[in-house]
Amino acid sequence: MSAHENNIEYTRKDLPENFRRLGLLLAVVGLLIAVTGYFIDPVRSAFNNVMLLMFLASIGVGSLFLVALEYVAGAVWSTPFRRVSEFLAATLLILPIVAIPLFFNMHELFHWTHTEVVETDYLLKSKSSYLNTTFFIIRSIVYLVIWILFFVLITKNSKKQDESGDQILTKRNITLSAIFMPLFALTVTFSSIDWLMSLEPHWFSTIFGVYYFSGTVLAALAAATMFIIILNEKGYFVKGLNRDHYYSLGALLFAFTNFWAYIAFSQFLLIYYANLPEETFWYLARWEGTWLYYSVGLIFIRFLVPYFGLLSQPSKMNPRRLLFMSVWILFAHIYDLYWIIMPTMSKEGVSFNWFEIGYPLLAFGLIITIFNLKAKKNNLVAIRDPKLKRGLDFRL
Amino acid sequence: MSDKTLYGYTGLFDTPDEIINAANTVADKGYTRYDVNTPYPVHGMDKAMKLRPSKLGYAALAFGLSGLLSFFVLLYWMLVIDYPLVIGGKPFFAFPAFIPVLFEVLVLSASVATVITMITVYFKFPNISHPLHDTPYMKNVSVDKYGICIEAADEKFNESEVKSFLAELGAKDIAPVYFEEVDEEIKILEPKFIGLLVLVAVIVSGGTYFSLNKLMFMIPFNWMMQQEKIIAQDNKSLFADDFAMRQPVRGTIARGTMPYKYAGNPDAAGENLKNPLLPTVGNLELGKKKYNIYCSPCHGNYGEGDSRLKGQFPNPPSLHSDKARTWTDGRIYHAITEGQNVMPAYTSQLDPEERWAVIHYVRALQRSLNAKESDLE
Repeated sequence: MSAHENNIEYTRKDLPENFRRLGLLLAVVGLLIAVTGYFIDPVRSAFNNVMLLMFLASIGVGSLFLVALEYVAGAVWSTPFRRVSEFLAATLLILPIVAIPLFFNMHELFHWTHTEVVETDYLLKSKSSYLNTTFFIIRSIVYLVIWILFFVLITKNSKKQDESGDQILTKRNITLSAIFMPLFALTVTFSSIDWLMSLEPHWFSTIFGVYYFSGTVLAALAAATMFIIILNEKGYFVKGLNRDHYYSLGALLFAFTNFWAYIAFSQFLLIYYANLPEETFWYLARWEGTWLYYSVGLIFIRFLVPYFGLLSQPSKMNPRRLLFMSVWILFAHIYDLYWIIMPTMSKEGVSFNWFEIGYPLLAFGLIITIFNLKAKKNNLVAIRDPKLKRGLDFRL
Repeated sequence: MSDKTLYGYTGLFDTPDEIINAANTVADKGYTRYDVNTPYPVHGMDKAMKLRPSKLGYAALAFGLSGLLSFFVLLYWMLVIDYPLVIGGKPFFAFPAFIPVLFEVLVLSASVATVITMITVYFKFPNISHPLHDTPYMKNVSVDKYGICIEAADEKFNESEVKSFLAELGAKDIAPVYFEEVDEEIKILEPKFIGLLVLVAVIVSGGTYFSLNKLMFMIPFNWMMQQEKIIAQDNKSLFADDFAMRQPVRGTIARGTMPYKYAGNPDAAGENLKNPLLPTVGNLELGKKKYNIYCSPCHGNYGEGDSRLKGQFPNPPSLHSDKARTWTDGRIYHAITEGQNVMPAYTSQLDPEERWAVIHYVRALQRSLNAKESDLE
């Protein structure tokens, strides 16, 4: 084992200064615009905040899922850059703060909080044992606690291994990850139902949790790919990361793009074919007026462009192309969330207010800043992970 | 050994790292006709052997797209042009409903055609043998060894050189592989093959017979037929009188129907009923169509009582008889509505308007054999 460890040369370097500046700049500018927006149009801001929350939750819990997946599946190819996903999962730590505006704007956001409406509405009344303010807040806290708890436990073990090199820590993380997996499935499903689907409380789709999950994994993969390519091309990782690793990341992005399309189409087809008025109205709202153009745009932005962009083998190995596609997919996730959330607010058609641009900026700024803060204190590579050497030797 | 030709030299290695290294070196030396056999796909082998990306993907693309396109044309032809059916209240060209089918056909045609292409182009089907088959070498690389085989067909092949080269690489069990050239014709009519075909036929047809005629009536498959639903004319005691259907409420009639006033009273029908339709081209064509469908099997195409049923059913009298010609339209209408002798009632096949249209057509047929002077003008 020691002979293997000697082969790995790694010295921690601070991330580039302009990287840190870019993160702070985006976060501050985004935050200023978002706060200004709150005074202009509080309702629109509240809806945009849901989008920000769901986006950051995607990055955070999706990255934690990727880390847990590596442990559970015993994967080695992703070990050299597992830390990137661990850093990104730290987004979970600020989720409670991002979620606070949600609880203060529940009356504007969620129709089911209007008790006088629920009294006269048969459907909402039947759902009120689940969809009520107290239970909603309890559930939200449970999701956040589970996510943060597992984030802390898993990353703590991983960090400890950098010093001790103890293999038992890997074993412990495998157990933790195995426990986390079913909890992840449940919390992601229910959080998407609570925070996204209940915006339109009459509507229901049993596949919605999977739909959000597909976007979550895509966003987490894209964010990880983005950081890996930027940093590896500048030599921040250990030597040995090459095109084969890039190819695998690209292949996963490609696979989950297809998975998203499969799930999104399944949801649409079943509702289209059953033609039940309590289900179709959700799509109808997105199929009328200017939302139609937005919905057609979703097919192109979320599916066709990444599909053809990542289809061929060389495109998955070309760092610049892969970097472009990963940033594209991150924006596509925001576009998708906007498509789910905003028609509830502006039913007449797409209406864009200038301050909404602040939310994507804030999201990117926060991710980069959190990554920077984590990278300052931790190694970018899990240097004494027993799987690291094999991960570096990974070839297609 | 004189009748055998040298195929190549084989060598075995113990670890995947060694075989990668060996493949790398062999490729660097400039050999082109060689192959590596491993118990499982070894990562990094493509690169070590300096293989170019496989062209099989293009075949998959071509076959997949042509399958997709032809199936789209088929679907469009069936569902939109040739036999449009309203399904689930959707438009004939319901594109979302096409997508799953087209996707499946794309995958199916691409995968099946790719496998067939691979077998025919790369493995030269129907040739199913290979010199390496049934050698100790193949037995080893199928279990836990990693082997390399340099073929004699290679331009740089030199028996002693290859032998020492393989030894240099650290290969074990270096051995030559020979093969016999045999011009064997493919025999399709071999008894074994015929026997196999017969066996397959018996199993498939027996299985089909069993599942369609026996299995469906066994527990639990027969539970499919026991359904808790009421079928019309079933006596499932839905109502107190053990019937599943109800008589219409007394004194009411269904929408769009009119009760027949002259039931059992042909004379009154003949006297009182008048044909409400005019003998227009449209009505005559409707009458001709319905006559040819429902009346002509017995009455004949021209009403001469020459049935097409060839004695399976008694022939009716000719419609050109004096009796039939002197009947009023109302009397004929009564015969169609209530039936006559062996002729059943045609109320469920022909609605009142169609019956009157048929009568116009019958009149036209009668006039064709017994024309009046005025018809010739």
